Amino acid sequence: MASEADKPEAEGAEGGGAEVTKKFLYVNRKAPYGTIYALESLEVVLIGAAFEQDVSLAFLDDGVYQLTKNQDTKGIGVKNFSPTYKALGDYEVTKLYVEKESLAERGLTEADLMEITYEDEDDDWAEKPSIRVVSREEMAEIMAEQDVILSF
Amino acid sequence: MKFGIVVNEGPYTHQASDSAYQFTKAALEKGHEVFRVFFYHDGVNNGTRLTVPPQDERHIQRNWSSLAEEHNLDLVVCIAAAQRRGILDADEAKRQGKDTDNIAPGFRISGLGQLIEAGIQCDRLVIFGD
Repeated sequence: MASEADKPEAEGAEGGGAEVTKKFLYVNRKAPYGTIYALESLEVVLIGAAFEQDVSLAFLDDGVYQLTKNQDTKGIGVKNFSPTYKALGDYEVTKLYVEKESLAERGLTEADLMEITYEDEDDDWAEKPSIRVVSREEMAEIMAEQDVILSF
Repeated sequence: MKFGIVVNEGPYTHQASDSAYQFTKAALEKGHEVFRVFFYHDGVNNGTRLTVPPQDERHIQRNWSSLAEEHNLDLVVCIAAAQRRGILDADEAKRQGKDTDNIAPGFRISGLGQLIEAGIQCDRLVIFGD
């Protein structure tokens, strides 16, 4: 997905700020299909991973549908990009917060979500779940801790 | 304060671009720095010079271009989002074999890294969208 101009080496990394680490939260609020927000949010996450910031993703409202299992887009002629979420661990994006109330309001549980894992380099590369279901209250605390919030 | 501005919707359908413009203008008038304005999703459509709104309406693209000229603002259109939606500069038009470019004065096309960089560099990143 990345084009030449997206590489941090090729642009923008100058200016002396590249070594700053900030807490980035990408807030995903919309269903995966119907609008392009979910796909283009994921593109920012993948490019942003190259900047070695402290990255978290939040899924709330219809955004929780982005992580559901067995997505099948054949009928609408749109690419099914859900496998990309499973690759996020390889980009060191390992914190995917899902709001419990948003799941419940849509009749979903954690069992309806894809299994997304990462290998923990600080724990002998043990495979651990990336998805963390949190309450609305906890989500507010997570948001309050961030330096930069990108809302999609 | 150093601001980064993100515009996620196109002109006219949504208020987002107008609000971002008013915010940016007000911030500059108050003496703040605006490090960059980044256009993403349909926001890239703010950067075509081919819009021709009725004469008694505001000209959103021209507003941005004028503000950029006046304050030396960095208006960046995301290349991936722009290519999907037909926003091209001269180099890109040539590379893609198109007969024209349509990028408006004061805008430039670059990568998503410019958005992340704005997040890192700025005191506040302010998002205007739906």
